[in-house]
Amino acid sequence: MEIINNFTIFFYLLSTAGYVGFLFFQKNALNKAGKYFLLAGFLCNTLAIIYGFVLSGQMPARDLRETLCIASWAVVCAFLLLQYKFQLKILGVYAAPLAAVIMIISYQLPVKPVSSPDLFKSFWLFLHIVFIFMGEAAFALACGVGFLYLLQERAIKSKRHGFFFKRLPSLDLLDTTGYICIISGFTLLTVGLIAGFVYAKSIWGKFWSADPKEIWSVITWLIYAILLHERLTVGWRGRRSAVMAIVGFMVVLFTFLGVNFLLKGHHGEFTRW
Amino acid sequence: MVNLPAGDNRITDQTRLIKVLEHQTDPLLIGMKQIVLLGLNHKTAPVSIRECLAFSKEESIEALKSLKTFSGLNEAALISTCNRIEVIMVTDNDSKALKTAKTYLSNSKKIPITQFEDSLYIFHGEHAVRHLFEVAASLDSMIVGEPQILGQIKDAYRRAISTKTSGVILNRLFHKTFFIAKKIRHETGIGDHAVSISYAAIELGKKIFGSLEGKNVLLVGAGEMAELAVEHLIRNRTDKIFVANRTFQRALKLAKSFKGQAVHFEEIPDYLQHADIIISSTGSSDFILFKDQVKNIMRQRKNRPLFFIDIAVPRDIDPNINRITNAYVYDIDDLKSVIEENIEDRNREATKAKRFIDEAVIRFQQWHESLDVVPTIKDLRKKMEYIAENEIKKTFKSLPNLSAKEYDAISRMTEAIMNKFLHDPTLYLKNEGYHGDKSIGLDLTRKLFNLDQE
Repeated sequence: MEIINNFTIFFYLLSTAGYVGFLFFQKNALNKAGKYFLLAGFLCNTLAIIYGFVLSGQMPARDLRETLCIASWAVVCAFLLLQYKFQLKILGVYAAPLAAVIMIISYQLPVKPVSSPDLFKSFWLFLHIVFIFMGEAAFALACGVGFLYLLQERAIKSKRHGFFFKRLPSLDLLDTTGYICIISGFTLLTVGLIAGFVYAKSIWGKFWSADPKEIWSVITWLIYAILLHERLTVGWRGRRSAVMAIVGFMVVLFTFLGVNFLLKGHHGEFTRW
Repeated sequence: MVNLPAGDNRITDQTRLIKVLEHQTDPLLIGMKQIVLLGLNHKTAPVSIRECLAFSKEESIEALKSLKTFSGLNEAALISTCNRIEVIMVTDNDSKALKTAKTYLSNSKKIPITQFEDSLYIFHGEHAVRHLFEVAASLDSMIVGEPQILGQIKDAYRRAISTKTSGVILNRLFHKTFFIAKKIRHETGIGDHAVSISYAAIELGKKIFGSLEGKNVLLVGAGEMAELAVEHLIRNRTDKIFVANRTFQRALKLAKSFKGQAVHFEEIPDYLQHADIIISSTGSSDFILFKDQVKNIMRQRKNRPLFFIDIAVPRDIDPNINRITNAYVYDIDDLKSVIEENIEDRNREATKAKRFIDEAVIRFQQWHESLDVVPTIKDLRKKMEYIAENEIKKTFKSLPNLSAKEYDAISRMTEAIMNKFLHDPTLYLKNEGYHGDKSIGLDLTRKLFNLDQE
């Protein structure tokens, strides 16, 4: 387990180097290297999670260490899917280091025996975790694309076409990609939340227990719901959409980590170390 | 590089010959055919001289035909564009060839040599090769990286072929020229990014809209640059073209030529709803579109981006419109500075291109130097020796019980076969075994025995 995670980090770092090199030198070989290293890291990451699963027979998301592993897996998975659909090579420069950093943080955390056996053996929980993480990964990418959009928009508006103008794709592609990320993230989050509520009902006998995490999750959901609604009705696109994607992801981060550190609740377990 | 001293036909033993010649590396003794290039371009000659010396297609064919008749001139090609004239010759007498070429230019164009002589540049050997490579790769062009020059050189080469003035050396030189020019275009950014106003506008449009396909264009006013931009846009498969003009008659006329729709000048704000790209170049002394107008439209457009290209001086589009989200305004100065940036980029890429050229020049020179009698004989012999040696080794391996005497005999026989075999080709290459262009025989030999290992 330990060794696989080391490999994951190693490959993610190499991938980061590849993508950063691609950003500077614009050589396709570097982009390819970044992609293949990322794939290699992703395989290791997947293996580690499966191994954790087999070992305990539960979803390995019982402490922050395990949760972060899944988070980085989800980010890479979402990026690879997106890459497959859109040729947004440059985003690798955001996704690969993000995955690497998450894995490194996870690596820093001590391994501790966790005990909450029965709580984790549920299909609904599995669904809940997988969908929420995939959704949040999509939001993470939307946030990265949002940053790229702002950079490119600034270059075009200010008429000083520097480093990024040539390297970044068109505003339209960035905007569309961000939109796709948010739509998929929102769908996944919705399914994940529903699964969570069903699971809560089966464990605690009620759908809603006004837990801080629950409240913040709903806030997150509302933010993205508003973003999508406004886009479809009055055309919140471009800059505003990009800014909202970034703000939205900050809220996601707070829901994911902040709530557990600052507030109390029944999700505290999973992010404890 | 080695050279055959005059009258060395007395030496018949090849090995001796090679040994003797190996010590003669003085480049001054080179007697093989040299490439000489003479020309002038926009940097050395004013247009008044360039236009006097320009050759039309027919004229350059004529020129090649007459140059061919001069003795000592083995091969020739002539490149003539509006920015340059280059005469490339292969000769064994540089100064005579140059004089011939100059005289021909002067006579055929009826201007005294003294009038253009100062503008001429002359390159020999390696430098000529480098110059041609640089010209073809568009490093020497007025606008670095412009793509037409390669086609023009291809035409020049085709003419040299049709008049049979291109031989072994020029054939190879031109093929290498095309190869390196293409490589540079592919692997450096020398041709990237627009260096004309209308192209720069198109590129910007692509950075905003991704693809211009299906976008609608509104042309306000008329003007050469604006119309050129519209043509580029149409080539990028934009959808509708609206044309507005103060005189509706003129709008109708322009609309017809673009297969677009004429629009009254007062209707412009309404059409902002439909158009995505607005190109403006009116003679108006005041803005024709203001921030508030566009701001209102943006809401109706559901914030779909609007790109204003303002080529007019004084400006037509209120620059404050650029502050509206999803609206982008570029005026003529903005576009010019984009172009300047792009030109700087191209120049930076040119340094990279020069590295490719250095490499190609060296490789060409190696080939050219090998296209001489002694190196060819040497290479041929080396190849034979290599084959014989290997075969002998194989044979001895399968015959382990040979006596020393037998062993010797086989070795000697192999060497004898080799020498006998090489005798005639060597004589042929060295002697008057054929007439005319030696490089043909040399080239054939090198190809026949694959001496350049390509």
